[in-house]
Amino acid sequence: MKIRVQTEAFDLGAEVEALRAGRLDVGAVASFVGCARDVNDGSEVRAMTLEHYPGMTEKALAALADEAAARWTLIDATVLHRVGRLLPGDPIVLVAVASRHRGDALAACAFIMDALKTRAPFWKKEETSAGERWVEARASDDAAAARWTRPAQPD
Amino acid sequence: MMLRVLYFARLRERFGVAEETFAFDGATVADLLDALRARGGAWAEELAAGRTFRVAVNQHVATPETPLVGAAEIAVFPPVTGG
Repeated sequence: MKIRVQTEAFDLGAEVEALRAGRLDVGAVASFVGCARDVNDGSEVRAMTLEHYPGMTEKALAALADEAAARWTLIDATVLHRVGRLLPGDPIVLVAVASRHRGDALAACAFIMDALKTRAPFWKKEETSAGERWVEARASDDAAAARWTRPAQPD
Repeated sequence: MMLRVLYFARLRERFGVAEETFAFDGATVADLLDALRARGGAWAEELAAGRTFRVAVNQHVATPETPLVGAAEIAVFPPVTGG
């Protein structure tokens, strides 16, 4: 697993190649890249600054990847998240999952992203024409994360 | 006991502090929140019943019942908005 919080940009192609390198059993790679938008809640967004909780963030991201690996048959996963000041169009987050088959890769990628939105300690502050504002958590993100919860299974 | 308490994002700005060492004689997260609310002002307002915020103890999400005995690091922050 590769888990990283960084200020620098990332390259999806390079990350996918690194994930697959030397692993000929990989039959599927699913990836997601989230980007900074220029509009949110009806306002033009000029830039955003991402803050996080160093230490807890890395633990939370690793826990999400571990949960995904326990739930689906995975070969490897990469989770990268940027912090600092970002401009519209800049990539913010990358999740890439390698597995033998697409079902596991697609589901695990979606799970990690939905869980990250509600459990990883990052916060966005937007710069708009009306000044700065902290982004509020969305109920739709809680709903997206909740769709992955299921009744406890016997071990 | 002495606790290290961290604040993040909007709450850090509202409280005007990112980190403090807090002398505490309670037992749980709920007790700590009571002590912080007793400061009044933004503390009482932001941590009031019905306001949504999160608490972590030693970098794991906590509940009001989480014990603080031996706790090294507490964090209080708004619901997360990354991704």
